[in-house]
Amino acid sequence: MKYLMFVCVDKAVELDPEEQAAVGPDAQAWVKEMEGRGVRLQGNELAPVVDATTVRLREGEVVIADGPFAETKEQIAGFDILECADLDEALEVAAKHPVARFGTLEVRPFVEE
Amino acid sequence: MSQDAEAAVAEAFTEEWGRIVASLIGRTGNWDLAEDSAQQAFAEAVRRWPRDGVPRAPGAWLTTVARNRATDRLRHERMRSERLREAAPVLSAEKSDEGDELMAEADESGIVDDRLRLIFTCCHPALPLDGRVALTLRTLAGLTTAEIAHAFLVPEATMAKRLVRAKGKITHARIPYRVPSAHRLPERTSGVLAVLYLLFNEGYSASAGSDLIRVDLCREAIRLNQALTELMPAQAEVHGLLALMLFQHSRRRARVDAAGDLVTLEDQDRSLWDREECVAASGHLMLASRGGQVGPYALQAAIAACHANASEAAETDWGEIAALYERLLELMPHPLVRLNHAVAMAMAGGLDEGLGAVDELVAAGELAGYHLLHATRADLLRRLGRREEAGGAYREALKCSPSEAESRYLERRLAETSGRQAIGQDRPRARQG
Repeated sequence: MKYLMFVCVDKAVELDPEEQAAVGPDAQAWVKEMEGRGVRLQGNELAPVVDATTVRLREGEVVIADGPFAETKEQIAGFDILECADLDEALEVAAKHPVARFGTLEVRPFVEE
Repeated sequence: MSQDAEAAVAEAFTEEWGRIVASLIGRTGNWDLAEDSAQQAFAEAVRRWPRDGVPRAPGAWLTTVARNRATDRLRHERMRSERLREAAPVLSAEKSDEGDELMAEADESGIVDDRLRLIFTCCHPALPLDGRVALTLRTLAGLTTAEIAHAFLVPEATMAKRLVRAKGKITHARIPYRVPSAHRLPERTSGVLAVLYLLFNEGYSASAGSDLIRVDLCREAIRLNQALTELMPAQAEVHGLLALMLFQHSRRRARVDAAGDLVTLEDQDRSLWDREECVAASGHLMLASRGGQVGPYALQAAIAACHANASEAAETDWGEIAALYERLLELMPHPLVRLNHAVAMAMAGGLDEGLGAVDELVAAGELAGYHLLHATRADLLRRLGRREEAGGAYREALKCSPSEAESRYLERRLAETSGRQAIGQDRPRARQG
């Protein structure tokens, strides 16, 4: 079963320096462990929302705009595609991600064919 | 004869519904199919038992019929999908390996485990709380959607949607159908117990009305908890919660007077308490306290036991109760527990101390808008002879929109403080009613 895991953080929350320094290496360790287990198929960190562009097609015209519509407090900072036996495994994998300590991880199942 | 058969069907329903549904879900992974097939089996029992007599093993009879219905339907669906495939070879992705193969794995010994799997799946923390409650009542207790809707005072369509959504998530997100691994078991078990206690409290808080289905929720919660003690006898808190619910339930006949008003614990006619349930509760309390660590449910049950053991209100060991609340506060530093602790201290002779603790809660703004906070404060003030302040606190409590029965109680008290001589005999109540 495939799940998309959104890694969400609230940019307003300032991390203490110790946590800030730990996140990068801990995330790398997490990736290594989960790839080793065959659970993480792929994933990446994403550039901040200010670098995002929205595209819509309305009445035949492409409308391009800077950024997303809604300013939500928590923003997607990265994603991972997981292959897990079931939701319990996906939840366990998510709970081990360092961002779970201060941000939010959202686990969404793929729609099965 | 026909009445015997009817009673036998009713009894089998209580005993076997959850078991049958659980084993069918275990075998087919299809929740709707499991429920429908179980329902068909009971419908057939209603038709056939009065005519043919009640089978010697009703559970086995029902299980076989339900399993056959499920197999029939899976076979039927497979044939239909095969016909579709012949008509349109492109659409051949349809699953067809369900049915006989799955049903053939039938193994009687797995039935008990299936019920345990079912309750852990129904109470999975990834489901919304209202969905967990609804699913537990529907699949394990066999209540109809209409009954559950009625019990929770929501329209049937809303409840139906809730059930569909919860079952949908189980399938789409693949919530597993199994007992969690050992390291996660205590945490997940406490989630299951929370659902059962919520069920119980829904029924309990409704018992002042005349709404029988809501009251039945207490019985369902106790029944499910009893099943859980058989399935997980080593889990202390499973016994702890059962003890707590049985102690509370044992007072049901004394809690409400003829007019439908709540009677406080102190004023209850203790001869109406269900002694058999108290004895059963004490047994489970012992099992819950075997290990070193006594959990929060067991501590609350121990407090209830102090009340049960007092043959009259004046004999209540409030010192022991206050000590138990102190231990409970270490595990659950919740303002409600603090309030109850304050009441126990006051009743143990420390009226000023108790009032001080209540005033601290008021000052902290915790439990703001909770009528029992003000009602408790009012009662303590009344006992201290500070009648004017007591009257103000009763008015404060009435502003917090308590239930009708509770309003009547508070009005009565208010009239006493402002008018006639106050009767100093009943104790302040938090939520030990």
